[in-house]
Amino acid sequence: MSTTIEALADDLSAKFGQAIKSKIVDKKIVKIEVGREDITAVAKYLRDNMGWDHVKAVTAIDLSRATKKEDRLEVIYHLGTYSRADCWGLDLAISCRVEKASPRMTSLTDIWPSCEFHEREAFEMFGIVFENHPNLKRLLLPDYWSDIPPLLKDYQPPGR
Amino acid sequence: MTVLEKREEVRKIEIYDTGEAPLTVSYGPQHPGTGHFRMIVTISGDTVVDVEPDPGFVHRGEEKMAEYKTWITNIPHLERPVILDSAGIQYPYVLAVEKLMGVEPPERAKYLRTIMAELQRLGSHLYWFALYGIFVGHATMFLWCFTDRDYIVDLTSLIGGQRITHAYFVPGGVRNDAPKNVPRGLLREFNRYYRMVTGKELTDKHLEFRKYVLAVCEFFDGRLDDYWEMFFNSEIFIHRARNVGILSQGDAIRLGVVGTTLRASGIKYDNRVCNPYDAYPNLKFDIPTGERGDCYDRAVVGFKEMRESLKIISQAVEMMPDGPVKLKQHPINLRVPAGEAVARTEAARGEMLYYIRSEGGDRPYRVKISPPSFRLLPAIAYLLKGAQIAEIPPIYWSLNYWPVEADR
Repeated sequence: MSTTIEALADDLSAKFGQAIKSKIVDKKIVKIEVGREDITAVAKYLRDNMGWDHVKAVTAIDLSRATKKEDRLEVIYHLGTYSRADCWGLDLAISCRVEKASPRMTSLTDIWPSCEFHEREAFEMFGIVFENHPNLKRLLLPDYWSDIPPLLKDYQPPGR
Repeated sequence: MTVLEKREEVRKIEIYDTGEAPLTVSYGPQHPGTGHFRMIVTISGDTVVDVEPDPGFVHRGEEKMAEYKTWITNIPHLERPVILDSAGIQYPYVLAVEKLMGVEPPERAKYLRTIMAELQRLGSHLYWFALYGIFVGHATMFLWCFTDRDYIVDLTSLIGGQRITHAYFVPGGVRNDAPKNVPRGLLREFNRYYRMVTGKELTDKHLEFRKYVLAVCEFFDGRLDDYWEMFFNSEIFIHRARNVGILSQGDAIRLGVVGTTLRASGIKYDNRVCNPYDAYPNLKFDIPTGERGDCYDRAVVGFKEMRESLKIISQAVEMMPDGPVKLKQHPINLRVPAGEAVARTEAARGEMLYYIRSEGGDRPYRVKISPPSFRLLPAIAYLLKGAQIAEIPPIYWSLNYWPVEADR
């Protein structure tokens, strides 16, 4: 078991070398990007072998207006652990990218039930479809909302 | 047969006896006291068989708005979702921006931030117990907490210039220093109440800011004893809250709950200690935890936290060094280097997490807020299932859920 975040990231690299697309490990953020099809395996490994037992947030980002333009959305799972006190000070996030035209990925609610509402929010705000989600429907937006998902960069709020 | 088993037995009988189809009702969205939130509750007889939390009635699009405002003008609107704990909600934003800029605030600013955050935690907890009290039929608690909270709010107003929404934290420090002296009118006003409750008198030496804060802390410490006798140790409350809405340690982890709810289930997780920031590493305080994880434990953990907050404030005000309170006056179109940062702090209701992505411009590319209330939603659904109708208010209020914070 690794207790520093660097060791943890190395551990993941050794286990999922092929799947890891990029890795940022610094004081600002620790983010490990994996392929969309590998995220379930990585998540399962993190939960079962490393004790990361809950999701603190699910962030989606529309990369279409970033400096490095990409027609994709990035989905970041910010993980946390309550069962391993030695990791309480550590931040860890895993992410993957999905096509913006038809964003789909497998839901991680089976692994972390705590991400149910977070994924629902990403669904309505970015239109990402989480497959196998138990209750994928609107959460915060009103029922009469008929525009595109509002946190996409294409959506312009009225008056802006 | 234990109390718990007996409860289970009663529940079974009550579902069995109705002979009617389950009824689905809306609990809310009018909810005096917290903001608008609805629970779609399915009941059979007196038993809740299913609950679906339906947030979003006070969704303001804070995250979208943050992409259109500059780094500095974001601060006043990001604190709006939780005006009671406005320091708590903007704290991680400021920390994350500082991480991106690679700066650290001066020592004095760190202490001032800590004092402000703890004062708001006190104010927020008092508000919580005021409403918790009235919803379980204890009107005195409501009146006491609101009266006392005003003196805490006076103090935040003295430091930050506003009663609740003061936009006090800025990247690289705090907006302004605390005053050296307290206005005579404020001391007179507090003294009136102080004399009424304690029979003692404050003097002119309490016009000094440090002495005044210490007097307020000492006074509140005594007040908490009164609260204990009046509310937390009262039969009315114990009967409504003991063994109701039990959240085991395993379930707390599985559902990813935060704050007092998590600690009441026996997990000693508090960002002020396990992921310390600003002045917290220099201060001595305890993290209260519960054993059973029921509504009563959750309230008592919150109660004990108030005592710890008073301890923190009185230490911080003594230890606070002199010096500048911010690095420099930031221009309104401050530019933040490109990058991504995550920061988390312990707000009044639990862990507050921000993710910020900058593309190097004068405004953020993406701001993600993960507030503690939002993370309590799974617990609301889980705890209310199988409870009785009369148990809905104690369970709901014990979680300290704040709809506006969850909706953003």
